[in-house]
Amino acid sequence: MSSVASPPPDSPAPSKSWTVKVREKGVEALPPERLLPDGQPTYVASWIYVFGVASIASLIVIILSGSIIALKGPAWWHYTGVGHFFNSIHMWSVELFFFVMVVHLWGKYWMASWRGGRGRVWITGAITFLVAVPAALTGYVSQQNFDAQWISTQAKDAMNSVGVGAFFNLTNFGQMYSYHILLLPIAVVLLVSAHVLLVRRNGVVPPFEVQERVAALAGAKTDGSAPASPDGATAAEDSSGSHAGGPS
Amino acid sequence: MSTPLAAVFNLNHPAHTVDWSFIHLSVSNVVVIGLMFVAFFLAILLPFPGAAGRRAARRGDGS
Repeated sequence: MSSVASPPPDSPAPSKSWTVKVREKGVEALPPERLLPDGQPTYVASWIYVFGVASIASLIVIILSGSIIALKGPAWWHYTGVGHFFNSIHMWSVELFFFVMVVHLWGKYWMASWRGGRGRVWITGAITFLVAVPAALTGYVSQQNFDAQWISTQAKDAMNSVGVGAFFNLTNFGQMYSYHILLLPIAVVLLVSAHVLLVRRNGVVPPFEVQERVAALAGAKTDGSAPASPDGATAAEDSSGSHAGGPS
Repeated sequence: MSTPLAAVFNLNHPAHTVDWSFIHLSVSNVVVIGLMFVAFFLAILLPFPGAAGRRAARRGDGS
């Protein structure tokens, strides 16, 4: 029989395994109450955020419909009624995705949503848009029809003119299809996930007037406590840009 | 199969475009961009349902 002896009190702490370190870092950055909050400041009640959520909803429809047509193949999506239907669902959900994402992006641009240490939130959103563009364009050349053939032979000249044609060859169907159904969708999903987690970590950016009002209130306070603003956000949230904790 | 729907929109012609200097856009794209501006301004101007009530309730709490 062996027993586990507790280390003497003056011995150095045992080194933590990487799983413990990752867990502790994760919980520190995103405690459960911040990851899945039960309330938000009242200024989050805005249509602009509906467009952000609609972007995610569209992306889910894109991935589901794209998975189905990728599994069934071009003969199905070109020559059957149900195939046409899912092909159209895929195409129109992409249209909707860009429509609502751009409205959300415009709104966040004019709200200067990078304020208060939210630079990474803004950057991940903007890069998501930039990566989503080739994700959609490679779909045009993955259709397996004359339209795809025409687009690929026209677009290859643009790629060649900037010197990337050898690496990004529009007339190579296998390469374009891999980009369209694997590499770029993975990048978009990872970026959107990072964007949402960063929003959870840093909180939603307050309107300018709330930020100024709360900063003035915080300045008037001499005891260092964070007074609550009339809109339900604390001074710490509004002036530092974080719901709980420092800016990212 | 798609003939009845196709008959609603006659696509058997070159695309209509809007040309202004170097800008060359199809009419359908101009319509979509216009709708995006409409949606953007409506999203800013229209009050969110229940937002005013929630703000009033917060102020009532004194928080």
